[in-house]
Amino acid sequence: MAKENEINKSTSEYILEVENLRKCFPLKKTITGKVTSELVAVDGVSFKLKAGETLGIVGESGCGKTTMGRTILKLHQPNGGRIVFDGKDITDLKPSQMRELRRQMQIIFQDPYSSLPPRSTVGGILSEPVSVHKIVPKEQIKDYVLELMDKCGLRDYYYERYPHEFSGGQRQRICIARALSVNPKLVVCDEPVSALDVSIQAQIINLLKKLQQDMNLTYLFISHDLSVVKFISDKIGVMYLGQIVEYGDKKDIFSKPLHPYTKALFSAIPYPDPAVKMNRIVLKGDIPSPANPPKGCRFHTRCPYAKPICSEVTPEYKEHEKGHFAACHLIEE
Amino acid sequence: MKNEKQTEKTSAKGYLTGKEIREIAKANKREIKRLEKYKNRKAKVEEFSTKMKNPDNILEIEDLNTYFFTEQGVVKAVNGVSFDVPKNATVGIVGESGCGKSVTSMSVMRLIQGPQGQICSGSIRFNTAEEGVVYDIAAMPIHEIHRIRGKQISMIFQEPMTSLNPVFTIGQQLDEVSFIHSPGISEEDAKAKSMELLNLVGIAMPERVYSAFPHELSGGMRQRVMIAMALIGNPRLIIADEPTTALDVTIQAQILDLLRDLKNKIDGSILLITHDLGIIAEMADYVVVMYAGRVIEKGTVDEIFHNPLHPYTIGLQKSKPTLDSASDTLFNIPGNVPNPINMPNHCYFKERCDKCTAKCSGAYPDMIQVSPTHYVACHLYGKEEQNG
Repeated sequence: MAKENEINKSTSEYILEVENLRKCFPLKKTITGKVTSELVAVDGVSFKLKAGETLGIVGESGCGKTTMGRTILKLHQPNGGRIVFDGKDITDLKPSQMRELRRQMQIIFQDPYSSLPPRSTVGGILSEPVSVHKIVPKEQIKDYVLELMDKCGLRDYYYERYPHEFSGGQRQRICIARALSVNPKLVVCDEPVSALDVSIQAQIINLLKKLQQDMNLTYLFISHDLSVVKFISDKIGVMYLGQIVEYGDKKDIFSKPLHPYTKALFSAIPYPDPAVKMNRIVLKGDIPSPANPPKGCRFHTRCPYAKPICSEVTPEYKEHEKGHFAACHLIEE
Repeated sequence: MKNEKQTEKTSAKGYLTGKEIREIAKANKREIKRLEKYKNRKAKVEEFSTKMKNPDNILEIEDLNTYFFTEQGVVKAVNGVSFDVPKNATVGIVGESGCGKSVTSMSVMRLIQGPQGQICSGSIRFNTAEEGVVYDIAAMPIHEIHRIRGKQISMIFQEPMTSLNPVFTIGQQLDEVSFIHSPGISEEDAKAKSMELLNLVGIAMPERVYSAFPHELSGGMRQRVMIAMALIGNPRLIIADEPTTALDVTIQAQILDLLRDLKNKIDGSILLITHDLGIIAEMADYVVVMYAGRVIEKGTVDEIFHNPLHPYTIGLQKSKPTLDSASDTLFNIPGNVPNPINMPNHCYFKERCDKCTAKCSGAYPDMIQVSPTHYVACHLYGKEEQNG
């Protein structure tokens, strides 16, 4: 208990603060091991997240959203910047020191088919973290796990079953139960519903929302599906090539998107009503390679409103309205 | 009949005994042998020529049954599916994974993985380019299928990453289609045709892409190459099986734009398979909704989206979060799709349905015609029609 109190001594209202986070992967090394070229997957990302809130991160594949989520959990070692979790700087903690904190920060992976060990039963999968972190005394573990399974919508006779016996939606419920078994404060949800069918997606999203209220969780919700992100988030960050190009309250982002990329992203979603004819902004070309990002504004190669200044000067990421940040030259005009 | 008995047995106990497994294997072996023999028989053209019910259709599927003979029993992946594809129209098939939408399209292409997967009965009538010549694809011997496949019907697959051969250049793979479908074509002509199509699908530097290998291209570019490849034989029908599922939203918008353009340019029909209602609403003229191997509702796009009748269609539309939905919780359909081996005898959707009546425990509902184009398989609407 003493240890717990020490960790819980939070000094600020934010549970997670990320400043200028940077993560690079080496592409080429010389024979001596010196890195000559690198891919900057996450380049100067900053945000703050209050306890009990949900931050949704959207972006195309390859924009660095998953790398960011993993770097925040220190599954990758960051190459720069600061991560403050619950008032404690965790950027340079050693793995042994991180172990204490792992209990409080958990992750739900995208693919429920490959993130469960095929050789353990559901009961085994769920009781292992509980016994490792000594959440409850040994003899109460089974009751605790059954209660948790009930919370996540899993029947109690699933306890003895193996992952291959379940459908995708059920497996994702097992993954959620596993993440929540240690009473975490922060859960990184890395595309938890993108591998599921629409009718099952709705079940899982509702479950995540219900559990958030019950257990006072903070979510970092990563997804490429804007409509899902809108549904679950309080704050939204839009990522493009390793940078957050727009960040703000859900209301502001959806009612008044500032960055042209956000606008294009919104208009690209097919609307399920044939009577609605959309004014679609179709972006030309593909997302550039993050190993060789364009100069100036990274979006200028695909931006329909690009001006000469965009290809030379990197736009500043600043607050345009209260709590609404964006990085674009054209907003002032 | 025999299989139904078996499934009843298994559902009672929850597992199979060794005897039952042997019985199933024996029955499967017999069925597969018969169907394989039928598939590989020699037949004259007249034997698989038929007539269209409506000459304005390009494809008519009637009571198609495609089964997979597995060790646990027979999976009726496609169970009595019927729908038409009119000329110059886009027909969308929508449903969850495992509902049989891909198997339907694979049946049309005769790409079902044998010997376990077999088209057991039904007909797939295809109106060929020649006037009055109609082939029944389901009855065609497998070695005759080259008359149609890849030439008059072509397919765009879901995964552009895995459907191109990594050891040949894009150019070689595109030219190969020309060599196969127009015998005697010179290499220059084949290349000219490939370049023309690369231009058509909006590839900026066709010369460079022509000599590139698949790994050098991005996902969107690869899907464009796949579309170009599908167009080389001048198809009358393109089957697009989840063409944008593996792509990002901004690239998806580009590919959908391209498909819509192309339909007008090539003067053909598209059979679009997807699980995304948004794409269906945008692209399709007619919609077929499938659930657990059966068509549960079909109609024009306006009927399906503005007047959905089947509780599953209604639920599917409500459970999709949209950008302007305001409510706090999403509507969700409880439960899961039933096990494909032990399909119940009543309506497959009964356990998940919130509008069940006593009648729902009875036989599987028939297709009921609501309007000239709108059909639904649900007991809720049968009564109304009888009364009125």
